[in-house]
Amino acid sequence: MSNYYQREIETAPRETLRALQSERLAQTVRRVYERVPHYRARMEERGVRPEDIKSVDDLARLPFICKQDLRDTYPYGMFAAPLREVVRIHASSGTTGKQIVVGYTQKDLDIWADCCARAIVAAGGGADDVLHVAYGYGLFTGGLGMDAAALRLGAVTVPVSSGNTPRQVTILRDFGSTILCCTPSYALHIAEVLKAQGCTKDDISLKAGIFGAEPWTDGMRREIEEQLGIRAYDIYGLTEVVGPGVAFECGEQTGMHVNEDHFLVEVIDPETGEVLPEGTQGELVFSCVTKQAFPMLRYRTRDIGVITRAPCSCGRTLVKMTKPRGRTDDMLIVRGVNVFPSQIETVLLEHGYTANYQIVVDRSVNLDGIEVQVEVGSGIFADTVKALSRKEKQLEDALQSLLGIAAKVRLLEPNTIERSVGKAARVIDKRKQAD
Amino acid sequence: MVQQLSVFLQNKPGKLAALTRALAEGGIDIRALSIADTTDFGILRLLVSDTAKAKAILDAGNYAAGITGVTVVAVPDVPGGLARVLTLLADGGVDIEYMYSLIGRGEDRAYMVFRVSDEARLLALLEQDGLSTIADAQLGIR
Repeated sequence: MSNYYQREIETAPRETLRALQSERLAQTVRRVYERVPHYRARMEERGVRPEDIKSVDDLARLPFICKQDLRDTYPYGMFAAPLREVVRIHASSGTTGKQIVVGYTQKDLDIWADCCARAIVAAGGGADDVLHVAYGYGLFTGGLGMDAAALRLGAVTVPVSSGNTPRQVTILRDFGSTILCCTPSYALHIAEVLKAQGCTKDDISLKAGIFGAEPWTDGMRREIEEQLGIRAYDIYGLTEVVGPGVAFECGEQTGMHVNEDHFLVEVIDPETGEVLPEGTQGELVFSCVTKQAFPMLRYRTRDIGVITRAPCSCGRTLVKMTKPRGRTDDMLIVRGVNVFPSQIETVLLEHGYTANYQIVVDRSVNLDGIEVQVEVGSGIFADTVKALSRKEKQLEDALQSLLGIAAKVRLLEPNTIERSVGKAARVIDKRKQAD
Repeated sequence: MVQQLSVFLQNKPGKLAALTRALAEGGIDIRALSIADTTDFGILRLLVSDTAKAKAILDAGNYAAGITGVTVVAVPDVPGGLARVLTLLADGGVDIEYMYSLIGRGEDRAYMVFRVSDEARLLALLEQDGLSTIADAQLGIR
């Protein structure tokens, strides 16, 4: 079954899409060159003039923009529209440094709502649905982004925002919410609290969930789907590009369609900056071609993923990206080996553990050590030390064969790892704290 | 067969105290207890006055807990009594997964809790040797 919000563009022939992208790209390049001194300077450094960018084939001639550019121009330096045309500000959490401030014109907000509406419709949503939005409302893009899309579709929005999980569960139950929007780790926590209240998935009316804002694995998807009795769809986005709705999953659940009539995607080698061919894993880079207030061109996301243009059974022609494997920021380098939390999560779920885990990296003496702390759920509990130790050992062996380095497993009691209402904190790097 | 409660505990100060407090608040009496531990975690095994209620208390308190069937054997309370039972099991090919003693005893019998590889075989061996097991009701367990 194929559900489209904007069928014409979502299923447009590649050539039509390409022509549209090229025209929009050229316009946006002219816009930023004329209006944003930082862009102009960066383009001049590379000897690129706006008239050099005639089509999407010329994209790679443009300079990259990265988080540091946004910090250097804090707060409004990258805006390509005067504040009198800007109607909304959002900002990133700023947990990894100075926060990033982004602006939207009314047209930007309209396009953003369309992008998120495509995601909701692809997940089977529409005017008859009740959307429980448990993403934070405020400077974070998640809450207001999904809210605007639900409004556009005429669905009922329940703007609960994040926090107070027992109350979230009561609302889910009593209001008959049909679609849940939050981070995947928070969805699991909601399922836990539902169970603790003596309820099952049969006591709620949810049919689907749209989860994003953090990397998650297919194993975690199955876990959420089973516990809440829903289909779980991925949504991708980042504040710098627009917020949620840069890419969304269709019923096939094998990757996310990029809304590439608005956002162009490239995959590059994070070391050399070279554009990689389709199907090769690398860093995702996005260019906004319709935004007015904050049009990022070749923005380096630090998310690692793969894109494919292979036809999708849903009928959409929009390019698909895999679930990001993680951020280059989240990637741990332990004894010279690259480790992504998502790899560890996959192994945990395959071995019957829950997705409640934490990775602690420590430098004991001269050697980096990695410890995976995971809660003992009913799927793992055994009443002899021998049986539990054997499970611990099996997990350690599986991690060793996956990562190529030894990892210590520490079993924890249920509910000892702190639950997050937003993005889960997966990694505690004690090496950083010591520096 | 007697129902035994087992609980996963992290090997940290205060963990056992917190658990026993939770059971005490629920009016649960502990009849027998043993702990098997490693450096990181332990498994606490309990025979209690009301197993189902205690399990519900632990579930609500977010413990990982399970119920396992064990056998309580009335061992002659004389020198060599336990050796007699253990020899019987060894010769009869019954493996002991774990065992511990019960608080309280009969007139001339000490009570030992056994978790074994083959309970039916254990019962047959005991019967042949004129030894008996104790039912939960006799221990004030339900």
